Amino acid sequence: MFDRIFPHPLLSLVLTATWVALVNSVSAGTVLMGAILGVAIPHVTKAYWPGRMRLRRPLLFAEYAVVVLWDIIVANFQVAAIILFRGRDSIRSAWIPVPLEIDEPEAITILAGTITMTPGTISAVLSADGRALLVHCLDTDDPGTVRDQIKARYERRLKEIFE
Amino acid sequence: MIDPLELVVSICLVLSGIFGLVGSYGMVRLRDVMQQLHAPTKATTLGVGGALLASMIHFGLQEGQFTFHELLITLFLFLTAPVSAQFIAKVHMVGKLRRGDLPKPGTEGEWSIFAPPPEAGESGKAGQTRGGGKTRGVTTNPGA
Amino acid sequence: MMDAALIFAFGCFSLALVLNLWRLVVGPDRATRILALDTMTIDVIALVVLYGLHIRSQIFFEVSLIIAMVGFVSTVAYCRYVLRGNVIE
Repeated sequence: MFDRIFPHPLLSLVLTATWVALVNSVSAGTVLMGAILGVAIPHVTKAYWPGRMRLRRPLLFAEYAVVVLWDIIVANFQVAAIILFRGRDSIRSAWIPVPLEIDEPEAITILAGTITMTPGTISAVLSADGRALLVHCLDTDDPGTVRDQIKARYERRLKEIFE
Repeated sequence: MIDPLELVVSICLVLSGIFGLVGSYGMVRLRDVMQQLHAPTKATTLGVGGALLASMIHFGLQEGQFTFHELLITLFLFLTAPVSAQFIAKVHMVGKLRRGDLPKPGTEGEWSIFAPPPEAGESGKAGQTRGGGKTRGVTTNPGA
Repeated sequence: MMDAALIFAFGCFSLALVLNLWRLVVGPDRATRILALDTMTIDVIALVVLYGLHIRSQIFFEVSLIIAMVGFVSTVAYCRYVLRGNVIE
């Protein structure tokens, strides 16, 4: 019964919160309208998203968000320093294949987004079987360290959250 | 006497300006497309983020009109920046790179841009843009 | 003091727009041009937000949100057009 009304409970919550933020005031009317949209839109779009995302430990997501935000700020200063103070020819870029242990599509999407937003790395493409991610690193001496750091810092946390 | 809030807002604004400028300068200075891609996706996101943070602090704390819809723009940019970056990288790779320019994935497969496109109806190997590999029951009833 | 910081930020983002424009004209690559356009959109969002702060009004919020959405969709559409030769199949 609950599943019939809310095909994606998290999506419903996010939509309601987005509507309240869009109107920019918290009142009974706004929350009601947001709730109506939050119930209706997942029904209209559920054909495009048949599976349900399962979060095993949603509270860890807050920790993950803090870690990523902090890394984004650090990343900006590092990339700015490389752009401003390094000679054009001394920047050593590298392609790094990162084998993946996670296999939920949502988790891989979040991991790819995180890699793009954090220190000097961009996720470029996924392998055809979905088991490896190609990462481009702006400046590194040791590609192995970067790969291990990605796996230890982000993938391990995502694995805990999703599986 | 300097208002500390105004100081915070000013610092945010100056930082956002510097990062926005460095992002675009990096795009002019770096040579390879993949290197250029690093500059805007990072620096500009914090550049706009700083401006939005300044706007939120100014309206919320200095003028007493509490606003949080700036968070929506920040969130939207943080969600979309990786997607556009990945698309631009793909345009570059499809156009300029050959199979030998990239390292092997390390698994038995090939990078998805070089693999043949999945057959229509064969969903098991789908997903150039999404997770790929494992696609969970497309035909099963989601409500069940 | 905030007004001085605002003017500084205005100057930075305007200069950034000029640099992006240079990259857009010089190229030499399609991917670079798409990247330059995408960055220009983001700089314009920042300018709109700063202008809203300058005239002490929140009326420009919707403007920047819509520019953000149109910019993202146009970047994706342009990339898809280059990759596949059409936008909607």
